[in-house]
Amino acid sequence: MTNFPDIASIRKDFPILNEVIGGKQLVYFDNAATTQKPRIVLDALSGYYEHYNANIHRGIHHLAEKATGAFEDTRRRMQKFINAPLSEEVIFTYGTTDSINLVAQSYGRKFLKEGDEIIISTMEHHSNIVPWQMLCEEKGCVLRVIPINDEGELLMDEYEKMLSGKTKIVSVVHASNALGTINPVSDIIKKAHKVGAKVLLDGAQASSHLFLDVQALDVDFYALSLHKIYGPTGMGILYGKKELLDAMPPYRGGGEMIKEVTFEKTTYNELPYKFEAGTPNIADVVAAKYALDYVDTLGKDNIAKYESELLKYATDAVREIPGLKIIGQAKDKVSVLSFVIEGMHHQDIAVILDNQGIAVRTGHHCTQPLMSRLGILGTTRASFAVYNTIEEIDSLIKGLHKAKKMLG
Amino acid sequence: MTIKEAQDELIEDFELFDDWESKYEYIIDLGKQFPPLEEQFKTEENIIKGCQSRVWLNAYMDGELLKFEADSDAIIVRGLVSMLVKVLSGHTPEEIASADLYFMERIGLHQHLAQTRSNGLASMLKQMRTYGIAYQAAE
Ligand SMILES: Cc1ncc(COP(=O)(O)O)c(C=O)c1O
Repeated sequence: MTNFPDIASIRKDFPILNEVIGGKQLVYFDNAATTQKPRIVLDALSGYYEHYNANIHRGIHHLAEKATGAFEDTRRRMQKFINAPLSEEVIFTYGTTDSINLVAQSYGRKFLKEGDEIIISTMEHHSNIVPWQMLCEEKGCVLRVIPINDEGELLMDEYEKMLSGKTKIVSVVHASNALGTINPVSDIIKKAHKVGAKVLLDGAQASSHLFLDVQALDVDFYALSLHKIYGPTGMGILYGKKELLDAMPPYRGGGEMIKEVTFEKTTYNELPYKFEAGTPNIADVVAAKYALDYVDTLGKDNIAKYESELLKYATDAVREIPGLKIIGQAKDKVSVLSFVIEGMHHQDIAVILDNQGIAVRTGHHCTQPLMSRLGILGTTRASFAVYNTIEEIDSLIKGLHKAKKMLG
Repeated sequence: MTIKEAQDELIEDFELFDDWESKYEYIIDLGKQFPPLEEQFKTEENIIKGCQSRVWLNAYMDGELLKFEADSDAIIVRGLVSMLVKVLSGHTPEEIASADLYFMERIGLHQHLAQTRSNGLASMLKQMRTYGIAYQAAE
C-alpha cells in the first residue's frame, strides 16, 4: 500500500470527517455524489464573504476589483487544470447539468435540424439524456444509444456503425458514476470527427480522478462540476473550443452578457461573458481555485494511484460476501464499486449501513436506462476519495456482514 | 383500538429496545410477518414510486371503515408500512384524514418519513390521508 504522502494528515484537512453519526465515526463512501471539502476551500469561502464580497465586473472600487480579480483567477486556474488553450474557453456554469443544457440549447438549437442524429450511450446520467431528448423533441432530431456489454463497457463496433454524415453530436460520459467504467474517449472523439460530428464529454466523475487535457483529446466540449473535485457546490464549467463558442448564440439574457442595450437592439458581450448572464456564484467560483490547488498539490497521479489501490482492495474484499455481484467490471475503472446482493434490497442495505455510520449511495444513480439494460432496479455503491482508508473499507465489509445477518 | 391506542402500543413495544440493532431486527420481523399484498393489487395504479424502493397501497371501504393493505419490495420499508397500516387501517375516513400521528417520531424513526423522494413511505402516508379525505367527501 502506498502511503502517499500521509493519509492521516490528508484526513486532518477535511473537518467533516470528524463527524460522529449515532455514536459512530463517519465513514463517507458517497464521493461520486459529492466529495467533502478541505479546510482551505472552507476558509476561502468565508474569507471572500468576510473581506472582499462585492459584485464583479461592475464597480470601480477596491472590493469589486479584488473580487473580480479572484473570480478571473479561478478561470485561468481552471484553464490550466484542463489544459485549455484560452481562458475565455472556460465558461462558468452551475455544474455539469447546466453545462450540457447550455450546449443543447445554444449549439443544438442553432445548428441541428430535422433528421440529424445525436449519439449518447446506455450508461449516461439523466443529465446527459434529458437535455438531448428535449432538443430532439423540438427539432425532430434522432437520439441513438451506444449499447454496452455485460461488464459495462461500450460496444465500440456498434458505435462505429452508428456514425454517418447525419451524426451531428456525440455526447458521452468520460467515466460512469454508476459503474466506474472509463470510456475510450480519445477513440470516440477521433471517430466522431471523421464524420464531422462534435463531441461533448460529461466529465462529472472523471475530473476528480483522471488527468485532463482537452487539447490532447481534441474534445469540442467538456462539462464538469467542482463539487465532485473537493470544491464548492453550485458551480462547474463548460469548456468549449473558441470557434464553436463564438458561433453559438447566448441562451440566457440579462446583465453581464451584454455590450450595449437599447430597446431596438442589444449587442452581446464577448466570450466568456456572453454565456454568463446575471451575477454569478462568485464566492464558490473564488473558492474553487483552492480546491484545484489542493488536488494539484497532492498530484492527480498520486490520487489516482491511491484510489485504484483502495478500489482493488475493496473489490477483492467484497467478493467474500456470499451472493454479492459486482455491477460494472470494466477493465478501466475509476474508484466506484457498485454491487447487488442476492435476496437483499439495496435500500435495506443502506439503512443498516447508515446505522453503523457508513454513508453509501443506493438506487439507480440517475441512470435508469442503464439499470433496465442490466435488469436491476438499483445497486449499492461505495465510491472512494483520497481521504478514505483501508480500515474504512474493512468497516464496510463488517457492515455488510451485519446487514447479511440481519436481513438474510 | 383507536388510532391513538394503536400508536401507544407500538411506542410501548419499542421501549424494550435500547440499541439500533434490536430495533431494526424487530422492524424486519414485522416486515416478514406482514401478509404480502395479493398480486392482483400490485397494479400501476396502486404503486407509490420512491427513488429507492417501491410501495403498493390498496384501499377499500368495509362498511363505514376505510381499510388498507400494502406492500414493499424492501423489507425494512415493509416493516414500517405494516406499522402505518396497523395504526390507520379500519377507521373512518374522518379519523384517518385528521389523525395526529406521533409514533414514528417517538420511536425515533421519523427520518424514514422525511426522505420523501427516496423511499415512498412519506408518499404512502400522504396517499392514506388522501383516501380518507376522498371517501369522506364521497359519503
Ligand atoms: C456522470 C455524471 N454526470 C452528470 C452529473 C450531474 O452533475 P451535477 O448534478 O453536478 O450537475 C453527475 C452527478 O451526479 C454524474 O455523476
